[in-house]
Amino acid sequence: MPDSGINVLFLGKNFLRLLEGLWVTMRISLIAVILSIPLGILFGMFMTLKNPITRTLSRVYLEFIRIMPQLVLLFIAYFGVTRAFGWNLSAELSAVLVFTLWGTAEMGDLVRGALISIPKHQYDSAAALGMTKAQTFVFIIVPQTMRRLIPLTINLTTRMIKTTSLVVLIGITEVLKVGKQIIDANRFDYPTAALWVYGVIFALYFLACWPISSLAKKLEQRWR
Amino acid sequence: MKKKNTLRKLIAVTTIALLILGSLAGCGSEPADTENPTEIASISPTAVSNASFRTLDEIKESGKVVIGVFSDKAPFGYVDENGEYQGYDVYFAERIAQDLGVAVEYVSTDPASRVEYVATGKVDIILANFTVTEERAQQVDFALPYMKVMLGVVSPDDALITSVEELNGKTLIVVKGTTAETFFEKNYPDVELQKYDEYADAYNALLDGRGDAFSTDNTEVLAWALSNPGFTVGIDALGNADTIAPAVQKGNTTLLDWLNGEIEALGGENFFHADYEATLAPVYGEAADPDSLVVEGGIVE
Repeated sequence: MPDSGINVLFLGKNFLRLLEGLWVTMRISLIAVILSIPLGILFGMFMTLKNPITRTLSRVYLEFIRIMPQLVLLFIAYFGVTRAFGWNLSAELSAVLVFTLWGTAEMGDLVRGALISIPKHQYDSAAALGMTKAQTFVFIIVPQTMRRLIPLTINLTTRMIKTTSLVVLIGITEVLKVGKQIIDANRFDYPTAALWVYGVIFALYFLACWPISSLAKKLEQRWR
Repeated sequence: MKKKNTLRKLIAVTTIALLILGSLAGCGSEPADTENPTEIASISPTAVSNASFRTLDEIKESGKVVIGVFSDKAPFGYVDENGEYQGYDVYFAERIAQDLGVAVEYVSTDPASRVEYVATGKVDIILANFTVTEERAQQVDFALPYMKVMLGVVSPDDALITSVEELNGKTLIVVKGTTAETFFEKNYPDVELQKYDEYADAYNALLDGRGDAFSTDNTEVLAWALSNPGFTVGIDALGNADTIAPAVQKGNTTLLDWLNGEIEALGGENFFHADYEATLAPVYGEAADPDSLVVEGGIVE
């Protein structure tokens, strides 16, 4: 085939550009994940408090983030904030902010679920051994919760990596957008480029997410 | 033994916490060196409320003009294999920067977010095949036009659509935020619209047969049909002749006046015909007449 689309990948700096795009994707999502996990753990603990005010607050936050499509949140953070307050957040900062807010809410709910799944007798036994509340938490509850959280957290992390493809709509050129640019710039000469470019992007996403899930598997085995 | 284990975990947790603090500090310094340059705007005293544009002098002082262009809409605005912006709009943008005596920074925009970019001052000028409409004119200030277009409809040869009436009850692909979307919504409510965010997606949808036809500016579909055998532009001039012009934020009169003067002056040297020859002619070939697209000096006859 004279116009085989695979050639597009080796034109100029195309392949390098795809890798740069992947780096943008990974940078945004990993910063957001690294921030979301501790914040989410705190938020999850906050959610389990019995106080009705904190309960309502956390419920409202969670539902707000969950109901709003991430795209809307991105537009609010990038354009809305500038319109309303005149604060000019950079696109990448807005993206990290939105994904951290989202990750914190989701992670918080996971942590809450893991915490309340610890049977009550674990608390009672700790109390019977004379442990204080703080000791119970640190030595009994947290280690058990951690183990339950790993698969859920990995799931959330890979989901966040994939959802960052939305940031193209606030002008960040990440891997998927680079792919579209390449397809478009070559659509006259290489109409079949789309298949190859998307194929490579598929492989890149896989390479990005796979080490994370194998790391999780290792951790799970070690903490069994 | 058990205790030692927990201690290890505690150390691990502390390390993670420290790492996070480190990354937070790193994050704080990030905006300064990211691609987005418009932080300068928030420093200017006009940054309160909506008015966050940079005046002509502020742009010249900063040494950089920020222009929003398409990055996946060849031949108007696209990125070549070396990562450089190219196209009809970009050719003009380069000239603007040259005449302003500043460097140019491109921001990649999508059809639906163009108004927002300029209304929030994230870019100084939008040069992204931006068709002048009344609705948009309420939100942005348009300079003089540098191109004119009508709508076109492209469809597969084996089910060619040659009149708008044939579209009734069929699925028409459009890109969100384009004039085609509003035109069909307003005038032909019986046409079922299938909307996409990006051009690349819309073309793939047409190629895959997810819709019966695709409508956008006639220049765009003519160019696409030429390089995609099996597809023909059955309707090549639909709706009113629209003009395409640069846009700046509402009230940014210094920049607007400068742009208007620039476009008038460039008319004298037939700049946009040269632009057409350099960027559009290789793509359109014989399919289009430059005078039916190019507007010189901002004057539409």
